[in-house]
Amino acid sequence: MTLFKNAAALAALSLSSLALGAGPAAAYKIFVSNEKENTVSVIDSEKLEVVHTIKTGNRPRGIILSKDGKWVIVCTSDDNRMQVFDAETYQFVKDLPSGPDPELPILHTSGNPLYVSNEDDNLVTVVDIFKGTIVTDIPVGVEPEGMGMSPDGKILVNTSETTNMAHFITTDGFKNVENILVDNRPRVAEFKSDGSEVWVSAEIGGTVSVIDPAQKKVTHKINFEIQGITKDAIQPVGVRFNKDNTKAFVALGPANRVAVVDAKTYKVEKYILVGQRVWNLGFTPDYKLLFTTNGTSNDVTVIDVASEKAIKSIKTGRYPWGVVSSLTPIKSAENGAAQ
Amino acid sequence: MVRQLRPDRLPPLSLLDLPPKDDGLAGARLAIDDNNTTGRFLKQNFALELIESEDPAELIAETKKKVEAGIGFVVTDLDAKPTVELADALKGLDAVIFNASAPDENIREEDCRANLKHTAPSRAMLADALAQYLAWKRWGNWVLIVGPAPEDKAYADALRRSAQRFGMKILEEREFKYDPGSRRSDGGFEQIQQQIPTFTQKLPPHDVLLVADEGELFGEYFPYRTWDARPVAGTAGLFPTSWHPAIELWGGTQFQNRFKRLASRNMRPLDYQAWMAVRSIGEAATRTRSVDRKAIISYMLSPEFELAAFKGRKLTYRAWNGQLRQPIVLATGKMHVTVSPQPGFLHQYTELDTLGVDRPETKCRAYNK
Repeated sequence: MTLFKNAAALAALSLSSLALGAGPAAAYKIFVSNEKENTVSVIDSEKLEVVHTIKTGNRPRGIILSKDGKWVIVCTSDDNRMQVFDAETYQFVKDLPSGPDPELPILHTSGNPLYVSNEDDNLVTVVDIFKGTIVTDIPVGVEPEGMGMSPDGKILVNTSETTNMAHFITTDGFKNVENILVDNRPRVAEFKSDGSEVWVSAEIGGTVSVIDPAQKKVTHKINFEIQGITKDAIQPVGVRFNKDNTKAFVALGPANRVAVVDAKTYKVEKYILVGQRVWNLGFTPDYKLLFTTNGTSNDVTVIDVASEKAIKSIKTGRYPWGVVSSLTPIKSAENGAAQ
Repeated sequence: MVRQLRPDRLPPLSLLDLPPKDDGLAGARLAIDDNNTTGRFLKQNFALELIESEDPAELIAETKKKVEAGIGFVVTDLDAKPTVELADALKGLDAVIFNASAPDENIREEDCRANLKHTAPSRAMLADALAQYLAWKRWGNWVLIVGPAPEDKAYADALRRSAQRFGMKILEEREFKYDPGSRRSDGGFEQIQQQIPTFTQKLPPHDVLLVADEGELFGEYFPYRTWDARPVAGTAGLFPTSWHPAIELWGGTQFQNRFKRLASRNMRPLDYQAWMAVRSIGEAATRTRSVDRKAIISYMLSPEFELAAFKGRKLTYRAWNGQLRQPIVLATGKMHVTVSPQPGFLHQYTELDTLGVDRPETKCRAYNK
């Protein structure tokens, strides 16, 4: 705590000195949920500093933006609900219902409804974010976790950590149409933006399964090998594709690295050293910067996507978990740094 | 699941530690539920049958009948001797036994059996886990208090082996003899408060006092009562265990919650060990997409088999004696303190093999075929 407060004070100092020079420039704001601190850190993508800290409910984890970019939606897992904050003013807007222990939310491509995995009751809950009501519950495997949405909005992919499957569910009628076995403890399901593939990371299995959603089959399995790191420590979680789907970035947990994978040949090209226990990844909308949440070292690493290099670490709150960028550059609310 | 009822076993000192009637069984039940949630998607169904008796011979005969009638997987809560006897009785049948309770070294070593796997950690694994942490703390000077029961002596043997392995010194050993008497009474602490300081007087200068008391019949008397102000570890104070009801690491929270909803109590190590056994079967059935016991058994023996069990890494069975590799939690009554293997204890294959008897040292020959 003390450490973080000092860091925040420093950030506030540099902010005010900058403000003397020029007016606040518009930049993307990166929202990082801090699981153990019950806050969301707001990072300015130009300054690469924490410019604000939002107080949230208990155990904030999965974090996304509404389709219009106006709302930040956070799963506050221990409160068994989600919270909505204004992306510009950082003010609390409202609560949204979920099942017990919501972990990862995803929106339908049309912007509503929202689908959220409830880790504690083997259900995915469908929520109308405007009405604030639960539409229905979909039974899935044990400990539902990862949530992927096909770009055409027709298929939702949910992973279950103890059942070790990717469940394909239709968004029209909520029918479970296929259950694909992947390796142990699947965490994240991510579609390529052209819908041609969905990648599922397996944290304990140590692999990423490439699934063809048309055939509903695993077509390839990606393995990782890092010299000097035992296989056990390579635990893939977050997966993101670059703008043209040519490369994938895969967060490898306690291996403290992000793998860069050729998304056509599935060859691992490179490992970028980041902070400790890296879990989730988020691009700025221009795909120039990638932010990684490093749970154990309480920071995010900023990766320059063009050069594939880590350019900065930014201290956040305790145990940063999820990350999402604002859709457009936002003028800083300028209400100081962390309180 | 085969359970040996042990009505003559003395209850532990603390009311908090009284074993519930479904100790272990509830863990197996949760794993059946977990297997069936997955099985629903693959059209597989799992069911649990319970065989209980005070008489090991009856348990073995009953189990053999069930196996001959088609059951392929047996989870045991038995002492070491009947565990091996059961394995011999089932020899040649298509069945595999998971020892979920007995920590004895011999049934993993010289008396190992090819149809016997172990989800319970061995005493050597537990002692190594503790010794690594004490080495990390640089608490290398030990004194050892050993109870009179054979299992206390076996636990002390494991501690001596670990001390040698990790360069710790046991400066003195004392046997704690006692007459258990009645477990529950309205008084008692007045005398204990006098007795333990006297008993621990004039020990050589040490960093930590270790207690070997598997029955939990006197170990809890030592913390805060020793002559010297030293921490207590072993079976009391800081103890090594496969599971602790306060673990929230590695997705453990949801696992603990699921268990509590099912059993209306906290998950104990025996529950966890039975859960791992039944989940191993489910995992193999899922991966082979088969309910054929031969296929499942052969998959479990293959290097592809791995189990996710809320320990932050995959668990696998040692190919030389059927022991499940697993991180060991070091905890006090309320919470975990750390998890071993400790940083810096390296191994050419997996750090988990720094805990317990490793391949080059094993006396098990049943798997060499």
